[in-house]
Amino acid sequence: MTLPILRVENLKATYGPVQVLHGIDFIVFSKEIVVVLGANGAGKTTTLRSISGMIETSGTIELNGESTQNLTSSEIVRCGVAHVPQGRGTFPELTVEENLKVGAFIRTDKDIKTDIDICFENYPVLYERKTQTAGSLSGGEQQMLAVSRALMSRPQLLLMDEPSLGLAPQIVEDLFSRFVAINRDQGTTMLIVEQNAQLALDIANRGYVLESGEISVEGKADELINDDAIRRAYLGA
Amino acid sequence: MMLFVGRIWGPDMDLFLQRVIDALTNGSTYALIAVAMVLIFKATTLINFAQGEQAMLGAFAVLQLWNWGLPMWWAVIIGMIFSGILAAVLERTFIRKFDPADHLPLVIITLGLFLVINAIAAITWRFDPQSFPQLFPSGNAFTYNNVRLSWYSIFAFSSCVLVLIVLQTLLTKTKFGLAFRAVSSNLESSRLSGINIGPTLQFGWALAAAAGTLGASIYAANPVLQIEPSMMLRALIFSVTAAALGGLDSLWGALIGGLTIGFVQSVVVQYIPFIPNEMSLSAAVVVLLIVLTLRPSGVLGTRAVERV
Repeated sequence: MTLPILRVENLKATYGPVQVLHGIDFIVFSKEIVVVLGANGAGKTTTLRSISGMIETSGTIELNGESTQNLTSSEIVRCGVAHVPQGRGTFPELTVEENLKVGAFIRTDKDIKTDIDICFENYPVLYERKTQTAGSLSGGEQQMLAVSRALMSRPQLLLMDEPSLGLAPQIVEDLFSRFVAINRDQGTTMLIVEQNAQLALDIANRGYVLESGEISVEGKADELINDDAIRRAYLGA
Repeated sequence: MMLFVGRIWGPDMDLFLQRVIDALTNGSTYALIAVAMVLIFKATTLINFAQGEQAMLGAFAVLQLWNWGLPMWWAVIIGMIFSGILAAVLERTFIRKFDPADHLPLVIITLGLFLVINAIAAITWRFDPQSFPQLFPSGNAFTYNNVRLSWYSIFAFSSCVLVLIVLQTLLTKTKFGLAFRAVSSNLESSRLSGINIGPTLQFGWALAAAAGTLGASIYAANPVLQIEPSMMLRALIFSVTAAALGGLDSLWGALIGGLTIGFVQSVVVQYIPFIPNEMSLSAAVVVLLIVLTLRPSGVLGTRAVERV
């Protein structure tokens, strides 16, 4: 058994008096796409924010076997975790190209330019708009930019918070098929939280279902997609 | 209006030109303080009401260093560094603890700093006006009839433009500048990109204070003015107005705003007879009101363009 890239054990998080996560456990292995499904308020966003050090938690979070408990969010980025937050993860006043440069903020190597070109290959529309401000992009383009921005830090693990939110179905499909390609070509491990269960399970290796701050079901993506309870709850069938 | 034009093109052309030159001179110093406020506003959407007092304290430090025998421009440079360090300490001690998204406590803190710094300066240097070293060559560069363009005016204006160019370059061409603009655009995503928010903003505060100290030093070096602890009170109001007029997040807007306010203060008040001199401050604010009614984000400010 290889060492997981991310191991979360008994993770608890509270916002003020409200406990959102009641001790959840899950793991993500290298090169995997793992999806966390759940309804609004189940704790999906909180889970990701815990991993990237945006909120205080109790329990264990380990990256490559090392605890991140005492690290700040900017140190966690340097450990190879990138996070695309919910909604718009872009810098509206900065140009597309500047957004990508901010993504590479932690890097000092010479390949930043090459990586920007790779982003433009992934999403040619971003190349066409490279001198436009991010705020002037459409929702789908902004999401592409947010993902590209995150990839610019050359993460081992990419966290994505409901990338399909508010986007037209066609655009979401394009976006998700790009994720598969990025995962395959660049070997980026992905942890995606989603409400769009069908699409997410289609591209994922494994999945977890989060209900009221607890993991209720877990398994391989193709098993989950055929699970009756999940079909009823999330796939509308 | 006819009256206004008639009076300008009449025999008093010289007076008019002189007033425009005065506007340029005053406007440049307002712009330098305004630029400092714009820097902080850009990063935090917060108006630092203590900016003028920090600048005044910096100018006193310059005076003190000069009194101790330092060459004048060395005194200015070390004074700027001193006020930059002080601002960094203030940011770390009083500002960073608070949620940057909650403005009210922060505004009250800057007002508190305003009072404290003013009091400290008053205790240390008393309210007696003192003369400030001449930073620029004295005398006039150019005289025509009764119109005098002093070296001071030329240098004050060029210093302002120079500072703007330096800041502009810093913000657009350096990694710090990129981080600074990222922080001002999206706090959360900056954090998620590995930018250390605190030190970035802290450097912004230091930079703003250094620019402000240069502004206050130039202001105090005006041959017709002297330095005293409350000298920035008027200038502060003019500078806030200038910053808002130009667009609170635009560096060059601060220059345009500063010059406009300088113009209103010296030209409009001179020629519109029913505005007494005592009302020059209010006249400036009325102009601000008119401009903001027509362009809510100021002359060069960013209009929020965001597709949803």
